[in-house]
Amino acid sequence: MGANSRTEGSNLRLRGSISGCAVGLPIFVCFGGAALAFADPTQPSSPTNIFAPASSPAKSIFGLSLFVLAVTGAIFLVVFALLLYSVVSFRKKRNDDGREPPQVYGSNQVELAWTVIPVLIVVALFMATARVIALVQKTSPPGNAIAVTAIGHQFWWEYRYPDLGVVTANELHLPVSDPAYPTPTFITLLSADTDHSFWVPRLGGKTDLIPNHPNTMWIDPQATGVYFGQCAQYCGTQHAKMLLRVYVQTKDEFNQWILQQRQPAFANDAVSQGQRTFETTACINCHTVSGTVANGRFGPDLTHLMSRDTIAAGAAPNTPQNLRLWIRNPDAIKPGSLMPAMQLSDQQLDALTAYLETLR
Amino acid sequence: MSTDALALPGTELASRPLVSKLHDWVATVDHKKLGILYIIYALVFLLIAGVEAMIIRIQLIRPHNDFISPQVFNRMFTMHGTTMIFFVVMPVLFGFANYLIPLMIGARDMAFPRLNAFSFWMTAFGGLLLYFSLVGANGLYGAGNAPDVGWFAYAPLTSQTFSIGHSTDFWILALLVSGFGSIGTAINIVATILCMRCPGMTLAKMPLFAWLNLIMAGLVILAVSPLTAAQIMLLIDRYLGGHFFDTQAGGSAVIWMHFFWIFGHPEVYVLVLPAFAFVSEVIPVFSRKPIFGYSVMVAATVAIGFISMSVWAHHMFTVGMGANVNTFFVISTMAIAVPTGIKIFNWLATMWGGKIEFKTPMLFCTAFLFQFLAAGLTGVMLSVAPFTWQLGNSYFVVAHFHYVIVGGILFALFGAFYYWFPKMSGKMYSETLGKLHFWVFIVGFHLTFDFMHIPGLLGMPRRIYTYEPGRGWDTWNFIVTIGVFFQAVGILVFLGNLIWSYLRGKAAGSDPWDAWTLEWSTNSPPPAYNFASRPVVKSRRPLWDLKHPADPDWNYE
Repeated sequence: MGANSRTEGSNLRLRGSISGCAVGLPIFVCFGGAALAFADPTQPSSPTNIFAPASSPAKSIFGLSLFVLAVTGAIFLVVFALLLYSVVSFRKKRNDDGREPPQVYGSNQVELAWTVIPVLIVVALFMATARVIALVQKTSPPGNAIAVTAIGHQFWWEYRYPDLGVVTANELHLPVSDPAYPTPTFITLLSADTDHSFWVPRLGGKTDLIPNHPNTMWIDPQATGVYFGQCAQYCGTQHAKMLLRVYVQTKDEFNQWILQQRQPAFANDAVSQGQRTFETTACINCHTVSGTVANGRFGPDLTHLMSRDTIAAGAAPNTPQNLRLWIRNPDAIKPGSLMPAMQLSDQQLDALTAYLETLR
Repeated sequence: MSTDALALPGTELASRPLVSKLHDWVATVDHKKLGILYIIYALVFLLIAGVEAMIIRIQLIRPHNDFISPQVFNRMFTMHGTTMIFFVVMPVLFGFANYLIPLMIGARDMAFPRLNAFSFWMTAFGGLLLYFSLVGANGLYGAGNAPDVGWFAYAPLTSQTFSIGHSTDFWILALLVSGFGSIGTAINIVATILCMRCPGMTLAKMPLFAWLNLIMAGLVILAVSPLTAAQIMLLIDRYLGGHFFDTQAGGSAVIWMHFFWIFGHPEVYVLVLPAFAFVSEVIPVFSRKPIFGYSVMVAATVAIGFISMSVWAHHMFTVGMGANVNTFFVISTMAIAVPTGIKIFNWLATMWGGKIEFKTPMLFCTAFLFQFLAAGLTGVMLSVAPFTWQLGNSYFVVAHFHYVIVGGILFALFGAFYYWFPKMSGKMYSETLGKLHFWVFIVGFHLTFDFMHIPGLLGMPRRIYTYEPGRGWDTWNFIVTIGVFFQAVGILVFLGNLIWSYLRGKAAGSDPWDAWTLEWSTNSPPPAYNFASRPVVKSRRPLWDLKHPADPDWNYE
């Protein structure tokens, strides 16, 4: 009889632990999957992985996040185990005697313990956090810092290098920063219309671009390459295709890029028909081509359009076909963008595309 | 032993024509009928907002999907968020509070029955107004569109410049009108709990349910008022030439954020405190023990109420508030984890040493404990401002708050539905369908919301209608979308169970759980006057005292 009831008891325990695991397992699978996805930070599975930092602010956040994950993970495991234990152990037995269990109303010592211990944990987390906040937010630009002004537009990015006399769009170029002699970039963040947010996960946390509320942030990318990101504050219809690319180059490449971007557009007689189309339609209301009558500022500066890999804020590769399609029917690439369909004839479209192809 | 002593036998009216019955529901000031109206109204909107969620997830099942246009997608997430918060979770919680508080404190109705009816109909018309935008937003020609500004409607996207037509106006008016309803109900709950308790029920002898709803109602008064004020300012901006949030004329977008989140964060506690209230009633009854540390639970609730008013700007860590302000909101936000943790430990201690019976309500409340633990801990991660610089507005945040609202609040709510359904309908629900609902829904929940954290860590922002391939987000989004279908099936099983049990269920009797609070001492469903004679209580568990006259609770409290 005794053996019988013991078997029955262990069956009950098993059933209890199955239902407990059904709740808990997916959480473990989730974090296990996450750990696998982040296993090798040098070869990240995702180009926007926050756990593959390549710049000081992103690295400080990464270090802090590991500490926070360790602390919260440990709390999770301990409390999870206690919950699981009580769910399994204190199930009503099948051969229950029908009497109420001992009625326990509370215990001040126990309450004190589980108040004081969390308070201590909070204090530790807070101090680690305050340190990183000060480190990232209270840094002032050194003399050799690069200054960039980023202006958010619906739905593209304008970049101005005030000290270098360069204006470009969507693809930000920066020199690599040697950790021994850092050359950080300080970005002033402005908005021309609604709220936006500048977020390149591998380079740093996000900071919002808010009209009438200038913000600053800094990054010091420590390895060359292209870093991806996108607008992280809902800004209207095409928030999703307001993509960000940061090209981190060696100092020589960067200086060369700056020199090239400073040149005005050069006239080319072979495409004069396209240029005339450009300069006699609404294009110039919104776009600038330096050295010409086109000086609009509502849309991206096109002076060196062909030096960019993408058009429409990263929505499509910069190929002649895409460019032509973009002018003919922007909604085909980015429905809801503020670029109007220009209603040009095929001949005008060809000429205009040919002209834009010369803006190197 | 019989506990029906406090109710009169059958006083149901003879059958009357349907119109007359419906008129009773429209004109009613009875807290129980209003409570049920709130609940049914919320269930209807739950279905609508659930379909919106499914549309969002189908669009995101793979990169560059073209199931819906960006414009429709933006309307879907705006309507999903607004509907779920204002027209599903708040009304359903008000419904339970309305129904249960007078019964639990031994009163015959709420303090202000007519205000109660007024508040419900204001909330109801608010929801209708929001959805009327589909018809009327561009003039009364049926050429309308839902609002597309997001549920927190950041300025200046809501200004006339960026939001033409009237869809945003419908959003503003819907929240304004339902806000008056919420404030009315909150005043009513506070007045009822403070003034209508039966003899012997001091504040320290109230069920925890009443305490948690008292604090919730106080928070509603404090939090919904600034939101209402902000909506009026936004209307002034849009139609009377004001410039509060009009950045093009020197207004401040950041002020809107402060107004919205000083509502928006306490709102989280407005939603979660009633969930705590359900759990605090269900766990003791199914563990057969009194709640562990009653006074500490009350103190923790009051602490949460106070601290929750000082944490709002943790939603704004990325707007450039400066290091000192950020640091303040880090510590205030982390501080709220302490009383919340105390609650989890007390529920755990209530189960400890008990004889737990896993009926459907207890299953949901147990899952609540596990899931709310995880949701709370991702909340602690997000209180770390630098972590939020990375994860703010990413899918990690979306996963976190759905873990709170679905994994926490909705699970507790399902528990509450099964626990009090026998009281409200007089019928017992189907335990088989209840367990089926639990298992299908929990699988769907974990598929969706566990895996949703990962694209956030991999840099996926929220509110994007499509995404680029090659970012490592595809697989996770696929799994997340599959989970939604399990949840949808779970919801259908749940609704089917309610309807089937209401029509065909066995009679439940007045006290099917052998429970201890006053609502179980009267008939199921309770008569219009609740109690034939006013109950008198001497402890927190009046029915325990009645059932154990030799060993009553008041000897120990």
